[in-house]
Amino acid sequence: MTLIEKILAAHCDKKTLNPGQFINVRVDMVLSNDITAPIAIREFNKIGVKRVFDPSKVVMVPDHFTPNKDIAAAEQAKMVREFAREQKINYFEIGKMGIEHVILPESGLVLPGDVVIGADSHTCTYGALGAFATGMGSTDIAAAMATGEVWMKVPPTLKFIYHGKLGKWVGGKDLILYTIGDIGVDGALYSAMEFHGKAIDEMDMDGRFTMANMAIEAGGKAGIFKVDRKTLDYIMLRQKRDYNIYEPDADASYIKVIEYDVSTIEPQVSCPHLPSNTKPVSQLDNVKIDQSVIGSCTNGRLDDLRLAASVLKGKDVNSHVRCIVIPGSQQIYLDALKEGLIETFIRAGAVVSTPTCGPCLGGHMGILAAGEKCISTTNRNFVGRMGSTKSEVYLANPAVAAASAVAGYIVSPEEI
Amino acid sequence: MLKGKVFKYGENVDTDAIIPARYLNVSEPCELAKHCMEDIDLEFVSKVNSGDIIVATSNFGCGSSREHAPIAIKASGVSCVIAKSFARIFFRNSINIGLPLLECGDAVDNTNNGDILEVDLSDGRIKNLNTGKEFTAETYPDFMSELISAGGLIEYTKKKLEKE
Repeated sequence: MTLIEKILAAHCDKKTLNPGQFINVRVDMVLSNDITAPIAIREFNKIGVKRVFDPSKVVMVPDHFTPNKDIAAAEQAKMVREFAREQKINYFEIGKMGIEHVILPESGLVLPGDVVIGADSHTCTYGALGAFATGMGSTDIAAAMATGEVWMKVPPTLKFIYHGKLGKWVGGKDLILYTIGDIGVDGALYSAMEFHGKAIDEMDMDGRFTMANMAIEAGGKAGIFKVDRKTLDYIMLRQKRDYNIYEPDADASYIKVIEYDVSTIEPQVSCPHLPSNTKPVSQLDNVKIDQSVIGSCTNGRLDDLRLAASVLKGKDVNSHVRCIVIPGSQQIYLDALKEGLIETFIRAGAVVSTPTCGPCLGGHMGILAAGEKCISTTNRNFVGRMGSTKSEVYLANPAVAAASAVAGYIVSPEEI
Repeated sequence: MLKGKVFKYGENVDTDAIIPARYLNVSEPCELAKHCMEDIDLEFVSKVNSGDIIVATSNFGCGSSREHAPIAIKASGVSCVIAKSFARIFFRNSINIGLPLLECGDAVDNTNNGDILEVDLSDGRIKNLNTGKEFTAETYPDFMSELISAGGLIEYTKKKLEKE
């Protein structure tokens, strides 16, 4: 069995599983946020049970339109807060809050071998920890909050092997953008993606979170990594409960094995308006930008901020560019402060925001006007994603976003 | 039997196009319906009538997990969506809330914007009344048919909990 099949089988007490099979699995964590929880709560109340199945396994994070951007958003956040208090579930108030997919791993709420479902498509991020994690809608979350179970169709698994050594400015973001560019936005539709290879073994956890995070951008149900020394080091100080480590069988059956030599891959940029519309950064010719966003559940972790700061140190953000840096959690904000990264950003002329999903989905904190272009470390560049339907979003890694903020146009960090 | 006018779209229609995030500070179906498809088709809301049908090519509903997307479509009066393929989360969400989806490449290829379709959900038959051509959509797996006939996931869950 593949890694995903092993985890799912253990959560429905079956010895073997085959792709296409319908199963009912027990869940270890059920997540929702300030946008998706209100519908989940409404549907939960229709079921007729009074309490969630296990408060320690339910979490709500207000992160999309928070700190509350307007009155309607405040009403939604209030509804979530009241439900969370009444049900005594895990909840992160402003001040403790971070972007959900940054804060759940950081706080030890998700661990290897878990089955995690979340009413947010980027729930797949936790595959970096060797967990089966997938996004669903609010009604699925409501039913799981009531029963502790969810129905699932066992996905077939695609195996990706990344050979070779990564170039200087190339990281997890570039590998996943390159992969999506190769297989397309539905290249992994209904499937799980299992990531292997020397480049993955050498990649730190923050890069793996970035890759797993964008599995959904290829249509994937999950993106998953094997647990290794780096995973164990990451969870050592965070775990508060037991967990299980699963390994794919040597004779596991994959629908396809796709191999890449990463040594020839340069930093990638996804051009408007699909994540699969990728090009090497050197092929972008004088694309002037108005804004650079560095943050999000994709690239708002400490390694990402370190990378951006290493490019911005001693330089000035171009006078025609608004550079917005958003640490993914309060802990990352503090760590970045201690390391002097925040001072580097501010001295360079960037603004540093409190943790929020904010501009990534066109919520607040950096909305684009018609005709404006933004380079962003976020995950989607659909029409109107960050504001006006006549604006454009280019996706890239934090070093490219920082370098472009300095140059005023999209450029490789090598060039500045 | 469903019958309605076709609104036809291309591939990879994402959930930001179906309901832009700037309207997600509310979750009431009738409020969401006011902005359905707004970013790719400004006229949809004024032209759609109860019973109309959305037809699209591949990967309809990709992107965010927002259930607001099928809710907006359903609340705008659309009776079903026919596509070559659907994004996974959108598919689940639609089944869970009772918005019928049909996968049928032939019907998509042989339908134009504005055509009138007749759809029989019980056997997946789709008839284009403009051309007279008939098509049959993929049937649902047994488990999903059970969910649909129960009236969606919440009703299904209620019944399941009552049995226990």
